[in-house]
Amino acid sequence: MTLFRRLFVAALVAGVLSGTAASVVQRVTTVPLILEAERYEVVTTSPPVAPTQLTPAAPAHAGHDGAGHAAHPAPVRELGEAVPETAEEAFQRLWLTVATNLLVGIGYALLVAGAMLLVRAPVDARRGLVWGLGGFIAFALAPATGLPPELPGMGGAELEARQIWWLAAAFCATAGLFAVAFARNRLVVAAGVVVAALPHLVGAPHPESAAGAVPPEMAARFAVLSLGTAALFWALLGSACGAMMQRVLGRPDEEA
Amino acid sequence: MTMLNSAIRSGAASSVQTVAAAFGAFLLGAFILFGVGFAQPQAIHDAAHDGRHSFAFPCH
Repeated sequence: MTLFRRLFVAALVAGVLSGTAASVVQRVTTVPLILEAERYEVVTTSPPVAPTQLTPAAPAHAGHDGAGHAAHPAPVRELGEAVPETAEEAFQRLWLTVATNLLVGIGYALLVAGAMLLVRAPVDARRGLVWGLGGFIAFALAPATGLPPELPGMGGAELEARQIWWLAAAFCATAGLFAVAFARNRLVVAAGVVVAALPHLVGAPHPESAAGAVPPEMAARFAVLSLGTAALFWALLGSACGAMMQRVLGRPDEEA
Repeated sequence: MTMLNSAIRSGAASSVQTVAAAFGAFLLGAFILFGVGFAQPQAIHDAAHDGRHSFAFPCH
């Protein structure tokens, strides 16, 4: 049990570190785009307030919406419900996102640390970087090639189908990477490559018509920023896991 | 060789313990990730919303 505890502490440190870094970077990369995209999201679902006030086409109507601030002359975009309007809401949304990122970091770090323990290859901060690269490929790049990082308001196939495909892509890529990295038998390596390719041969679920409301330029920027942030996150996570697991495995840093 | 021995001695005491600890970590990690990235109750979805989009989990 004490081994598990040491493993957990290692993953905790690595996860908190990488989750914190991800939060800072997301704050200036992905989150502004998410907030921006939510303006489009509301329009696609249903007009939120006062459909009656859209009927008089008077150019300068000064009608009061329930929302007060949203009396634009043209009937276009309103802020989504979730877009924070007060400082308090914004702060709550910020800390919930930070908490989410910390948990994502800890969750992934537990997987990496457990795998490091099973594989028993020597690790340190630099070798951990390679593990981080593997994590990035398996959990960011592989799923994203089929299901690009999506903004609120983008069209997509049914959620459950996408979640299953996402998991399959990540799982198969992980299996493939382990086969390529550690298997001695060439057949196993070949099988690993096939397994990794399988979800992509089947293909990710997509809607029949791509009818998202978000401008494509914005979606493209978001996809790149999301992957870039994930790359930083994984580099840090892998490296930190390597450094922490070096202690857990009790290995002084001589060469292997 | 001495390094390997010391690793075995001081690190994972027994292979059973090692495997148990690793699978414990896998289970806990998967549980956390499922809750944060995939669970659909509205409250969890809303709280994790921006993080899910940023990490490119399918969100809604």
